[in-house]
This record gives sequence, structure tokens and C-alpha cells, in this order.
Amino acid sequence: MNTEIKDKIEVTKPPIASIGVIGWLRKNLFSSWSNTILTLLGIYILYSIIPSFISWAFIDASFVGSTKQECSKEGACWIFIKENLKLIFYGLYPSEELWRINSMYFILLVCGIYILTPNLKYKGWVGSFLLILFPILSVVMFSGGFGLETVETRLWGGLFLTLVIAGVGIVLSLPIGVMLALGRRSKLPVVSLLSTIFIEIWRGVPLITVLFMASNMFPLFMPEGVNFDKLIRALIGVMFFSAAYLAEVVRGGLQAMPKGQYEAAQAMGLSYWRMMALVILPQSLKMVIPAIIGSFIAIFKDTTLVLVIGLFDFLGIIQFVGTNPDWLGFSHEGYVFAAAIFWIFCFGMSRYSQNLEKKLDTGR
Amino acid sequence: MQDKNLGLSSILFNRSVQGIFYQIVTLALVILAVLYIVDNTASNMVARGLASGFHFLGVESQFDIGMTLIDYSPTSTYFDSFIVGLLNTLLVAGLGISIATIVGFAVGIARLSSNWLIARLAESYIEILRNIPLLLQIFFWYFAVLRALPKPKQSLEFADSFFLNNRGLFIPDPVFGESGTLILYSFIAAILISIGIAVWSKQRQNKTGQTFPVFYSSIGLLISFVFLSMLATGFPVTFDYPELKGFNFKGGIKLIPELVALTFALSMYTASFIAEVVRAGIQAVSLGQTEAARSLGLNPNQILRLVIIPQALRVIVPPLTNQYLNLTKNSSLAAAIAYPDLVLVFAGTALMQTGQAIEIIGMVMGVYLFLSLMTSIIMNLFNRFMRVAER
Repeated sequence: MNTEIKDKIEVTKPPIASIGVIGWLRKNLFSSWSNTILTLLGIYILYSIIPSFISWAFIDASFVGSTKQECSKEGACWIFIKENLKLIFYGLYPSEELWRINSMYFILLVCGIYILTPNLKYKGWVGSFLLILFPILSVVMFSGGFGLETVETRLWGGLFLTLVIAGVGIVLSLPIGVMLALGRRSKLPVVSLLSTIFIEIWRGVPLITVLFMASNMFPLFMPEGVNFDKLIRALIGVMFFSAAYLAEVVRGGLQAMPKGQYEAAQAMGLSYWRMMALVILPQSLKMVIPAIIGSFIAIFKDTTLVLVIGLFDFLGIIQFVGTNPDWLGFSHEGYVFAAAIFWIFCFGMSRYSQNLEKKLDTGR
Repeated sequence: MQDKNLGLSSILFNRSVQGIFYQIVTLALVILAVLYIVDNTASNMVARGLASGFHFLGVESQFDIGMTLIDYSPTSTYFDSFIVGLLNTLLVAGLGISIATIVGFAVGIARLSSNWLIARLAESYIEILRNIPLLLQIFFWYFAVLRALPKPKQSLEFADSFFLNNRGLFIPDPVFGESGTLILYSFIAAILISIGIAVWSKQRQNKTGQTFPVFYSSIGLLISFVFLSMLATGFPVTFDYPELKGFNFKGGIKLIPELVALTFALSMYTASFIAEVVRAGIQAVSLGQTEAARSLGLNPNQILRLVIIPQALRVIVPPLTNQYLNLTKNSSLAAAIAYPDLVLVFAGTALMQTGQAIEIIGMVMGVYLFLSLMTSIIMNLFNRFMRVAER
């Protein structure tokens, strides 16, 4: 009997308007009057931006050629970027020495890929090489010595300089930041007070004043006759500035550590430094990796400020080539290109940190 | 617990003795470093013939500033130039904060919209703007957009009263007539009455449970009071419209292109961060809260106003003030496009002329430090005040 009834009842399909593409559209775009208006507004915004941008940047743009005259009037003139590419990427670095930069890029790339590939051995060694030997090697390769021709830092520029400043800021500021964070959390009042003052002063002022200070006041602080490079002064400024921000991030991680971890480590008879190095820091740093990468992104974007003290970083050089009389009037192309490169770096880092956050979430 | 016969080793390994020892060493090192720097600086300054002290603040500055909110001329003192720069910084920060808050909240809420397209648009806005350096955005708006605008004669106009050209943005300037103060008084009176109504309605609700539409009645009061007082005084508010005279505009309020570009770039950039703050704050209120409120019989408007917003604000406000502080500090990028803010006027021009790097940079850093310390003090008070009362 049951089967008879079942046969008689036809399975009614859901109404066509609530499934598939139409259903999705109705649910997500046209569910009510106000939603429909918003959707139309959104379509209008897209319509007014995207087609004109695409035709400017790609369809009407000129890619082939080597002079300004070969550019079309309507579209972007990417020839401008192409012709100045060496300047934009390397600054005034001598052409015959470019292999030095490129080979370091290559080493960095290989090591980076090695570390990012899952399930490989000796990652710790490659990581320590990148953090300790690689910077020393870079100094020699970039500035010269040991038989290599000396290249003064005033010739450094472009994306290369941006990466150098960001890299130094990132690599050196992390240990200082960790020390400052430990200092601020210390039970010794003098140490904690000094660390707090140091952190709050650097965090309270804009980077631009730090750079002004680095370029105007550092020379006064040094003994007479000691005169160090403008780039190094800027690097010191950037380093302390980002160390203060990282210190606060790390402190957040230290505070989030359950008290039981400290107590357990002490019960095992570990000294302060061994407790920190073996128990507390590994766990709390892991917890704040996304925030640390967030600070790295901020440092990377902030490196553009060095142009106010006369260093030609990536953005500085884009500004500079735009004032070249042969290439006047192409600032749009320059800015769009710079924005695209910066965006790729920063967006890539932030996506990587989101992935890492998921992967590292092993606690629960 | 401890042995009574303290040997030398037990003193050496005593925790508190070690602590005091480390502190003395740290303090000594810091003092030595400071003394070293002070000594070097003093001898360097003597060697270079640099003056020290704050006497220069009373000296004539002998430079002009492109935009001033107070009277200023090259005969004014360096201290006046400091004030001019400070006011210009505060102006751009104030404008930027108001616009960034409005745009940021709008984008943050749009990011959570049930409308797929609007949510994706808001997301792209956030992801694009916050991953491009602010300085690049400022350059783009200043050099590529505002400086490329047409000359005053061909300016872009809106309603015959707003004009945008390569000299800046010209907007009408409201001029209040003699009886204009009456409007102000009636405005204040309307606000006071509205507060009275709110207090009364709260008391009545506590006693009887009846509610009163406080919001709409206050709006009605404000509009009708201002309108009636305008009617009574014969509309004493007139506008001084900008007009094209010769090669430039006269009258109205002129906003220089540097100010427009800086405000725009700062507020759009910060808005993308505020949007994320707002989104996180709203998402932090658990769905159970909405469900509980609904089961109590509150309507959607009440749920939003009485349940969601108060709890979301507790999460939103601390990072929001942090963003405000960031915007204020970022306004120092003005120096790169020559907007006369504190850094450009004082740490730039004045420093060049006097050479007194330590005093000047100290003062400029002091201003920013003061602002951020004030903000964190207010934030701590807020957190104490808003803390969830736990059992």
C-alpha cells in the first residue's frame, strides 16, 4: 500500500525562481526593493570605473616603441615604464654590477621557495642562513669589498632600495622588539620603566619626524669626525621605529600566555632566559605571527617615506623619472605601476599570513 | 627555608640580589649612553657654532606660509609659525577624521551587507586601498589628479557655487547677519528641550513601561525651532559665493589643493582600516544576542540600537581611536606635497633657517607624543568605564 501511495505522489520540484542562478540572484542581489536599488548602484559604479580603466590601461595603451612620440594619446603609455625600468628597479646602480643584486634576488627566491614548500627537511638551517648569513653576504655584495668594486649607497635606488630598507627594518627590528617586549613585562622596575618609555616615545611620533631626526640629529650625537651614511641613518630610524611597534605586538602574545605555562616552566627549574627561550617565546610568537606580518606590511609601506630625506626608493624614483623633461606628463602611468607593485607585495603578505593563521591554529 | 649561614654563593644566586644588580647595570649603561650622546652633541654644537636654547622662538621668522588660520606674516616670530603649523595639522586631522569615520562606517557595514555585489565592492575597496602606501595615494591625488585639473576659467562646477580647479576647491562662505545669534539660541534651546524630553521619557518608561519617540520628536524640534527663528528674523544667513574675477576666484572659502589632496587621501586610506574595525566589531557580537533580543519581542530597529550597537561599540572604540591617532600622525606626510603642516613649517623651514635641530625636532615630537599620550589616557578611562560588569 505504501508503495502505491508513493507512486501517486509526484515529487514536486522547488520553484524555478528559488534554485540555481536565478535563485541565487534573487536571494543575494534582488531580495527586496532596497537591495535592488543597491545592486543597480553597484553595477553603475562598476560600469563607470572598469571599462574606462581597462581601455586606458590595456586596449588603448601603447606597449611597443621607445620614445614618447610612439604613445597613443588616449591610453596609457607603458613605454615610459619600459624605458625607465632599470632606473625604477635598481636606481643608479652601475649596469655592469647589476648581477650582484640579481644573484642575491635569486638566492632569496630559492631559499624562499624552499621554506614555503611543505614537508622538506633542514628548513631551520635554510631559515637561519636567511636570517644570519644572508644579510652579511648582502652587505658585501651590495656595497662592495673583498675584490668587488665599491658601490656608494647614494647610487642605490628604486625597488632594490625599498627592499633593502624593508628587509633591514624587518630582520633587525624583530630581535630588538622581542627584547623590548620582555623588558616591558619584566618584574624589575627600572628595566620595565626604561623599555616602556622607549616604546611609547617611538610609537607616539610619526615616522617622518623620526627620519628628520635621523638625518638632522644623528650626526650631532656621534663623536666629531664620525660621519655615517645617510642610508644607514635612515635604516637606524626605521629599525627603532618598527622595533617599538613589534614590541607591542610581541607583548600582546606574552600577555595571552596562560600563567600555567610560566609556572610549569619555573617548576621544571628553568632559569628566566631558558623559560623564555624554550617555553614562552616559541608559543607566544606563534600566536602573534599574523600580527607580526601585519607590522611587516606596515614597515614595507612606510619605507616610501624615506624620499623626504632625499633617498630615491621605489616611489621616489617614480617621482624622479616623472620630472625628466623627455617623459613629462606620464605621472598616471608611474603611480599606477608603483601602486600595482606595492599592492602585489602587501596583498601577497597579508594572504600568506591568513593562510599561516589557519595552518598554525593547532591549539584547539 | 634558607640556610642561616649565608655564604657568598648564596648571596650571588639570590633572586632579588641578582635583580638589583641587573637593574643597576642597565641603569648605568643607559646613563652612560645618554651622557656620551650629550657630550658629543655639546662638543659638536660648539664646533659648528650652533646656538642652543629656545631664544629663537621670539625671533622674526622672515618666511611666509601659504595657508594660515591665524594672522601671520614674515615679521611674525618662529613661535607663531609653530602655532600656524600646529593649527594646520589639527585642521587636516579634524577634517580627515570626520570624513574617514563616515566613509569607514559605511564601507564596514556594506562589507557585511546581504547584497553580494555591495559586499564584494566594499571588500575590494578595503583590500585595494589599505595595501597601497599612503604616500603614493597622496601623490596620486595631488600630482596626478588635482594638479592636472583645468585652470580656473574651465573649472568643474557644482550648483554654481562649488568650483574645483588647479588652484583648489572653492566653496560658499556662510555669512551670518546681525540677528543670526537668535538662530543659534533657538538651536541651543531645541537641544536642551530634547535632552529634557529624553530624561522624562526614560523616567516614564522606568515607571510605566510606555515608550516615547524621543529621536523623531528631537529632530522635529530642531528643524522647526531653527526654521521658525529664521522665519522670524527674515533669513539673516547669506552666502558669499566664489566668483571668477580675472584669472582666479574671489570670495567664498578657498581650500588649497594640497589640503584637498591630503584630506582626501588620508580619509580614504584610513576609512579602509576603520571599515575593518567596524566589521570586526559588529561580527564580535554573537548571533545569540540578536536571537535573544528577538525572542524578547524587540523590533529590528530596537535590536540594532539597544543590543548590537552598544556591544559592538565596546569592541570598536579602542581600535577606532588608534586609527584616529594614526591619521593624525600620518598627516605629517603633508611635508611631501608641501602642505604647510607642523612638520613642513617647523621641522622643515624653521629648522633650515635656525639650524636648531634638537629644540625643533624635540618640540615637534613633543606635540605628537602629547596627542598620543592624551589619547591613550582617554582610552584607558573609556575601557574602565565600559568594562563588562562581571559577576
